[in-house]
Amino acid sequence: MMALLQRDLRLALRAGGGFGLGLAFFLMVAVLVPLGVGPEGALLTRIAPGILWIGALLACLLSLDRMFALDFEDGALDLMAVSPLPLEGVVAMKALAHWVVTGLPLALMAPVLGLLLSLAPGGYVWLVAALVLGTPALSLIGSFGAALTVGLKRGGLILSLIVLPMYVPTLIFGAEAVRRGAVGGDAMVPLLLLAAISLGSAAILPFAAAAALRANLK
Amino acid sequence: MLNVHDLAVSRGGLTVLEGVGFGLAAGDLLVLRGPNGVGKTTLLRTLAGLQPTLEGRVAVDQEQITYSGHADGLKATLTVAENLQFWAAVHGQTAIDPAITAMDLTALQARRAADLSAGQKRRLGLARLLVTGRKIWLMDEPTVSLDAASVGLFGAMLRAHLAQGGAAVVATHIDLGLPEARVLDLTQFKVKSNRKGAFDEAFA
Repeated sequence: MMALLQRDLRLALRAGGGFGLGLAFFLMVAVLVPLGVGPEGALLTRIAPGILWIGALLACLLSLDRMFALDFEDGALDLMAVSPLPLEGVVAMKALAHWVVTGLPLALMAPVLGLLLSLAPGGYVWLVAALVLGTPALSLIGSFGAALTVGLKRGGLILSLIVLPMYVPTLIFGAEAVRRGAVGGDAMVPLLLLAAISLGSAAILPFAAAAALRANLK
Repeated sequence: MLNVHDLAVSRGGLTVLEGVGFGLAAGDLLVLRGPNGVGKTTLLRTLAGLQPTLEGRVAVDQEQITYSGHADGLKATLTVAENLQFWAAVHGQTAIDPAITAMDLTALQARRAADLSAGQKRRLGLARLLVTGRKIWLMDEPTVSLDAASVGLFGAMLRAHLAQGGAAVVATHIDLGLPEARVLDLTQFKVKSNRKGAFDEAFA
């Protein structure tokens, strides 16, 4: 399974692997929003947590359809299904690789973008913490959506429709944690709920996604 | 090693073959023949466990099976050696050199799979069978886009595998040059469409 993780990371970092796509999108959102809503600092400060989280969420969504589709098209998924790797493990590793290439860099880059959106000084720690704890859920939920739509040509639309509603709790608690942190409130409750969503997703969704893959390989 | 009893398989919800039965012992090579669409791929995918059986039994150790389909499962941006190393690691093996020599890929080792010709890709795909370390090879049209010399290499690799106690089921239209092969014509198992409510594929 480590071999699979290693291969996926290597593929992502090589030309055409899609690394940086999410990051670039996140950067664009954070740069364009202040230009769009105007330079009023107070307004930006108020909407910064929400904008940053929406940006991270959409950036994650952008690369989801590649998670299994590429392996499905070139036959590697069939071969993995016949190999000793359990499909549940394949899903978990693919979600992990997706998180390492999108979620983690997003969390690390977010403080810089918070600056662009004049996020309140108290919010930075919570922003990084919330993204680190919340983005694994985005990758895991996404892996389930990607597994459901793997056989479909141009399944991106249906994938978004399936995944976005499931992203809503993560978005609400994530943005709330940053907002509370920024105004000096108690951010632990939303943060813990966020961690709970990620852990719950990690416990359940690889099995659901593997079942979906099996059905789609038939 | 592989025993198939009264097997029925379906493709897209339609039964295509029924009553298929054969046995495969160590060292056996079974060649599946039949016109396009008769169900060779479907049968192989069912044996590989990728599809459920409709009826009948397949008695086999799934841990001993490896499958090679129309697509080779190669990653274009990985090199030849990296592609093989990945599949070897997945199967808990380490040695990829025998596979590289067997399919004459030594000179191409450091080349990206994207830069290989169709025949070279196929050779890499077939070399993958060796690094799995598994005994039963299920192969779907393995010789597509191979030249005569490469078909010879493949034949030699297959024969060596059989000599080491392996077994193989191959769906192919050409003569592999292996006289020991048993031929199974799938036309005899084709579902008769003359029953009531017969289904015509043209109007599916």
